[in-house]
Amino acid sequence: MSLELFRTTNIDWLGKKWYFLGFSLIFSVAGVLSMLFWHHIPLGVDFKGGTQIRVAFDKAPNEDHVRQAMDRAGVRDFTIQRVSDPSGHAANKEIIALPESTATDQSHDAGRISVENALAANYHDSAFTIEQVEIVGPTAGKQLQKQAALATMYSLIGMLIYLWFRFELIYGVAAVVAVFHDTLITVGAFSLTNQEITLTVIAAILTLIGYSMNDTIVVFDRIRENLALSRKESLHDVVNRSINQTLSRTVISSGLTFLTVMSLYLFGGEVLHGFSFALVIGILIGTYSSIAVAAPMLVAYQDWRVKRGKVSSLPAGKRAKV
Amino acid sequence: MGKNLAGKTASIIAVLVVFIYGILYGSNGPKLGSLKSLLADNIRLGLDLKGGTHLVLQVHVEEALASATDRDVARLKAALQAVGINATVGKTDPAHPNTIVVTGIPPEKLSDARTVMQGTDYSIYDVSTLADGSATLNMKLSAINDLEARTLETSKETISERINSLGVSEPVVQTYGLGKNQILVELPGIFNLAEVEAAIQSTAKLAVYAVVSGPYENDQAALTALNGVVPPGDWLVHGSASANAPDEVWLLERASQVEGTDFRDAQPSTDVNGRPNLTFTLTTAAGDRFYKYTSAHSKDSANPGSMAIVLANKVRSVASINSAIRDRGEIEGNFSKDEVDSLSLMLRTGALPASISYTETRTVGPSLGAASIRQGVIAAIAGMLAVMAFMLVYYRGSGINADLALILNLVILLGFMGFSKATLTLPGIAGVILTIGMGVDSNVLIFERIREELRAGKTAAAAVDQGFKHAWVTIVDTHVTTIVSAAILFLFGTGPVKGFAVTLTFGLLANLFTAVFVSRLIFDSILQKKERGATLSI
Repeated sequence: MSLELFRTTNIDWLGKKWYFLGFSLIFSVAGVLSMLFWHHIPLGVDFKGGTQIRVAFDKAPNEDHVRQAMDRAGVRDFTIQRVSDPSGHAANKEIIALPESTATDQSHDAGRISVENALAANYHDSAFTIEQVEIVGPTAGKQLQKQAALATMYSLIGMLIYLWFRFELIYGVAAVVAVFHDTLITVGAFSLTNQEITLTVIAAILTLIGYSMNDTIVVFDRIRENLALSRKESLHDVVNRSINQTLSRTVISSGLTFLTVMSLYLFGGEVLHGFSFALVIGILIGTYSSIAVAAPMLVAYQDWRVKRGKVSSLPAGKRAKV
Repeated sequence: MGKNLAGKTASIIAVLVVFIYGILYGSNGPKLGSLKSLLADNIRLGLDLKGGTHLVLQVHVEEALASATDRDVARLKAALQAVGINATVGKTDPAHPNTIVVTGIPPEKLSDARTVMQGTDYSIYDVSTLADGSATLNMKLSAINDLEARTLETSKETISERINSLGVSEPVVQTYGLGKNQILVELPGIFNLAEVEAAIQSTAKLAVYAVVSGPYENDQAALTALNGVVPPGDWLVHGSASANAPDEVWLLERASQVEGTDFRDAQPSTDVNGRPNLTFTLTTAAGDRFYKYTSAHSKDSANPGSMAIVLANKVRSVASINSAIRDRGEIEGNFSKDEVDSLSLMLRTGALPASISYTETRTVGPSLGAASIRQGVIAAIAGMLAVMAFMLVYYRGSGINADLALILNLVILLGFMGFSKATLTLPGIAGVILTIGMGVDSNVLIFERIREELRAGKTAAAAVDQGFKHAWVTIVDTHVTTIVSAAILFLFGTGPVKGFAVTLTFGLLANLFTAVFVSRLIFDSILQKKERGATLSI
């Protein structure tokens, strides 16, 4: 009668843990290598400090002429980047960026003034307007960096405590490890594609942390429920069964969220580009990690305990009712 | 079933009405207008959507502390002289700008000196005296904190008043939590950075100092005349004594006679020669102090002197004191008309007690903001339509359920925004989109569970009951964890990120209500109309 994607699946997810481990390692290591040796972590003006000016031209800008206009006015060390929307169509806009040395706390605004004056005096191809200016001094950049790191850390700790309280510590640890894995791979993706991490991208990363956690909890909740029902079944089987039972929900929900995020990526405009890129990656990897990282960790933890001759059953978690 | 369906339906309709009111009118109160204008009036947009300027300013409070200590040095020296002690008073260690060191107190006068230093005038210092005739006064930590807080507060008020001169609607001027002693300024609808800076930039400090000696040709000449040492209570300042005069150097007392905060009023005017000058009125306390100084040093007195008007650490004018001045006077100098205008505005609104530098500047032009709104709304609508269409196809009859819950969720979310006057930012729109995703997830969780229970052979009613019961546990866990992270984002985030946390939190709260309560009610009312054993469209 009704439309169903997965009726009853019976996949041995845990049996594939070595593939999962390999997959996760390839992406994490590639990201980490890029962070260390290739693009590093490309920080946006928010964190790095510096001056960034977004100029909208009436006609398609001639980048060579923009460069010459800057050179003639003695502006050095600038970079020019054409703005394009997500479909790759170039807009009549350029982002002109100056390094952080132009935005010291003493002469904060000098960089912006020199760029505006250089364009006004030497660029004659078309009229232009300044659409956006961002000047971040070195102290502010460091403060914002620290704040972003703290916010991420605190939100992880907050969730760990909540899961500890609702389940058991090991569930919280497994979920946080999975989420850390997602964050690492997402930041790695930014490094590999050399896209800048800005304040809004940090918001996206925090969103994906919440989202991935959400997915993990759905699986954990089912494991807890199944553990409470049947104590004879091995943990390995319970976890497999729980993943299979929630699989259709996982695929549908992730698919739909992915759909909304894709619409953000496609229609949300260039300002949200980095934000939606992080979410697109994050939802894929977050869904994967709740099945491939968090749940197997529970089983691995129990196997380790059995090897050390400890109690063999994993605590089912605290009461499953609200 | 025994469920009060009518009562629940009524309460849902009531919620709906309240939040639609919130979207349209919020706390503005009912009025007429097109839907668009009502929304624009009621939903507060962030700078990234509306366009405007965002600044973070650093207040150099240490300057205010240093000048307070400088004044106490001068006061203490005079007070000790009054009881016949000719001690050296000064600040010796640049690393401790709030420590006053007194040396050379004659042993027999030690107790007199102690009485003076432990008087109420210096109660903000910890005083310790040594038998060798020296003493140190350390400013107490509580006094430092107090002075810093006051400096920050005065700066904030001053900047606020200057911003008001720009005629901005709904400006924000508040202390900023990210760094110590910072002020956040948000100016919606203002895009011209130069104009903003001109208004605030009168950040320079104005003060009147007593001239000790000078002018000298340059630093070198000054040092030669002073035998290579600048006395501890004095400082060397560059500048020119009148318009077009060459750059020279003066030795001035370090403690000012009058400074920005002492002025009660100031007006631009012209002197007898038609050159721009400034008439001013001092506060009573400052007037008394100024009278004491000017009467002791007027040109008819035994000890005639002159004073220097210093703006932004540059001498702008040096004048001999013609007669004692109490609280009214004028400042003449090499000022242009514009300078006199901005200087008088600055003094009227209270000069800043310490100088200010910029640490963060952002502007968003109006066209970019409008484009962001358009694109964000299109993305939200496109995402929502795609999700709703899928739910209808996949869950058929129950899909209507989910779609209704989703629409109601958005109504409540926007109503929250209208009532609370929270700010909608671009990442905030993204938060709305994420809410749609999570709202639908709750429905999927419930529906999949109901299907599972149906497969297990339960009746429609029992399956709905069990489905909601089991899914509820999961929904609470997922929502609480996400709200925890959103709350942390709200506490530690700034500007746009905060806006994201706001919509996400409101959206999730609304979702707990719609996905569970509303969706359940629709199921129950459908089941009630059906015969026992009828199938459910899911």
